[in-house]
Amino acid sequence: MTRQFDFAPVDRILDNYPRSELSTIAILQDIQEHYHYLPREVFPYVAKAIGVGEARLYGVATFYENFSLEPKGRYVIRCCDGTACHVRGSIPILDRLRQELGLSDGKKTTDDLNFTVETVSCLGACGLAPAMTVNGVVYGAMNPDKASALLAELKAEIEKEATQA
Amino acid sequence: MTRLMSRQDLQNLRSVCQKALSLETRKILVCGGTGCVAGGSLEIYDRLKALLEARDMPVSVELADEPHGDIPSVGLKKSGCHGFCEMGPLVRVEPQGWLYTKVKLDDCEEIVEKTVLSGECVERLAYAQNGEIYRKQEEIPFYAKQQRVVLEHCGHINATSIKDYLAVGGYEALEKALFDMSAGEILDEVSESNLRGRGGGGFPAGRKWKSCARQKETPRYIVCNGDEGDPGAFMDRSVMEGDPHRLIEGMIIAGIAIGSSEGYIYVRAEYPLAVDRLRMAIAQAEEIGLLGDNILGTGFCFHMHINRGAGAFVCGEGSALTASIEGKRGMPRVKPPRTVEHGLFDKPTNLNNVETYANVPMIIKNGAAWYRSIGPENSPGTKAFALTGTIKNTGLIEVPMGTTLREVIFDIGGGMRGDGRFKAVQIGGPSGGCLTEKELDIPLDFDSLKKVGAMIGSGGLVVMDDKTCMVEVARFFMNFTQNESCGKCVPCREGTKRMLEILERIVAGQGRDGDIELLEELADTISNTALCGLGKTAPSPVISTIKNFRSEYEAHIYEKRCPAGACSKLRRFVIDPEKCKGCSKCARNCPVNAITGVVKKPFTIDQDKCIKCGACKTNCSFDAVREEA
Repeated sequence: MTRQFDFAPVDRILDNYPRSELSTIAILQDIQEHYHYLPREVFPYVAKAIGVGEARLYGVATFYENFSLEPKGRYVIRCCDGTACHVRGSIPILDRLRQELGLSDGKKTTDDLNFTVETVSCLGACGLAPAMTVNGVVYGAMNPDKASALLAELKAEIEKEATQA
Repeated sequence: MTRLMSRQDLQNLRSVCQKALSLETRKILVCGGTGCVAGGSLEIYDRLKALLEARDMPVSVELADEPHGDIPSVGLKKSGCHGFCEMGPLVRVEPQGWLYTKVKLDDCEEIVEKTVLSGECVERLAYAQNGEIYRKQEEIPFYAKQQRVVLEHCGHINATSIKDYLAVGGYEALEKALFDMSAGEILDEVSESNLRGRGGGGFPAGRKWKSCARQKETPRYIVCNGDEGDPGAFMDRSVMEGDPHRLIEGMIIAGIAIGSSEGYIYVRAEYPLAVDRLRMAIAQAEEIGLLGDNILGTGFCFHMHINRGAGAFVCGEGSALTASIEGKRGMPRVKPPRTVEHGLFDKPTNLNNVETYANVPMIIKNGAAWYRSIGPENSPGTKAFALTGTIKNTGLIEVPMGTTLREVIFDIGGGMRGDGRFKAVQIGGPSGGCLTEKELDIPLDFDSLKKVGAMIGSGGLVVMDDKTCMVEVARFFMNFTQNESCGKCVPCREGTKRMLEILERIVAGQGRDGDIELLEELADTISNTALCGLGKTAPSPVISTIKNFRSEYEAHIYEKRCPAGACSKLRRFVIDPEKCKGCSKCARNCPVNAITGVVKKPFTIDQDKCIKCGACKTNCSFDAVREEA
């Protein structure tokens, strides 16, 4: 720990909610939205602020699938593997994405922190099966080739930003 | 808008809204549901708006507060989901009732030119099936057999405006409940209607409401379960997105009847649009005083809160859901005491799902007798189903209870897509079972399905064709429930894990003699001893597939063969010696050197080495590699 963690964003989030256990999930969601994951530093800080044990807070964070204790990529790709998407072939799409990014079931985020590939049990967009989302935007009627094309687009986007910077 | 202080105020506002709506003599409704938004409907909306404005058309995107004069305008609205997501983005044209399908940005110009300016139909955008063109939405076979009651407004009004809802008779039921009925009368009306909970179990809503209202302890809470977690179900999402005020109205009425002033809606994390729309709707209702303190001067108070889930299927279970609202891990507890006695914050709580509450306003408005006139005696009303899978028309449908599966799948759904043959339909998600050809004529209602060991569940219907492997489907569901098991009780935590291991083994071609019996034994133990509904019903898909497709299990175990040809580990690639030219391309592409041969003579695949990747088949220029089931 060399760098001092800046708690200002966390404070701003805490100010929006009553400081009690009731706000636990909403606060964690907002923190995750800000950092794209839950940095370990926030646990003692938030636990103290809302008056719950650190272990309890950690328990909540690890119980719910949406919370991540690991940093996520800039682009979070969520492949729907709900029943409807599954029977219309969601797994080949997932396999293609993982293969192209060198990811697996155990390794969900690329080392350069550009991409995270996860599955989600149902997006409720079954009419568009197979579906996936990239940072919350839904893409429907996918197939492995369309997924590859989308990935290429996102990579070009990153490339462009890098050259501009 | 000013706060409404009396019944008269509400009636005045409604008539203003009705007048404004009647001045919108032409309407363009762009679907703003998740499905169509993904297809770019919001851009279409913006383009239409720009085009209409560029032509100096009087466009109203929101009903005017004080319609001045009688200048007719074109109403441009973002509607809720039409249900025909497959054909999206959808645009509905009124008063003609035309439905344009698969609309693209480039079509906007023509829609404005032809339809808005000259009242002509853009035929190429109309839905066509078997060579026939259907201009009107209601004539399309997908819609013809439906009866839309809960979803009546979805796709037909502006989903983001309380004024649109008021103009079509919204909050009339609330008005009646507040001024013309006592709490007891509301409870009686709901009981009388025999409305049964749409979340799966089918428990009579009236009975639940009454037993909650009887509790001595206060405060009492009204909670709505919008944690529609079953994969393949999105009915509640569509109601929350497309007609959020209807849900709110239903919950306020429940509050009046049960004597509660706090309502909570728990929405799953995967539905961000539903959360936005509900937030907007709650703010609108608060602004005009239909939510908050002293509603319409009656002294009745009702406050509403939204809780976003964080990704846990088990939170659809009552006690887990309330624990999650309380900021805890969403784990079920032992029952009794039931939620109506000790629910949220340990207080009496009435928990229903979205569709159940959405039924309430009509029951209050039109009476229990009207409601009971729809569907069979013991399961009255309609039911929304999410029709998905390997079927032609996927989407959201609503039919009277008692409609048969055959009508749903073949008349509304249009039958199988491609050349597949109907094999089974999974009903009720991971807690339900599959039904086969012989059960196609069973009426869809709570009791008939229970008799054949299935359940309506929340209403997901996933249709599967003959290329779907039922053992793999069972593995899929078991994988889901195993993942979602909260881990509190041993039967579910350990039992589902073991069942999953066995199923994984079978689809990988490593099934052993006795596996089926072991699965049955485990299933029996889990369903008898697990703590909550998730565990108790977790084995259902396995039991039901074993019952209906035992031979498929046997083929996997004893013959190491997948009859549907779906299990990749059991695929067998062979080279047709007639077709093979001996070019050696397959051998060069094989990653494990399983293919050998002499150039210009037929090659062969060593089945022991083959990893079933299919590279040989993809790369063969002569179509000589065949896959055997």
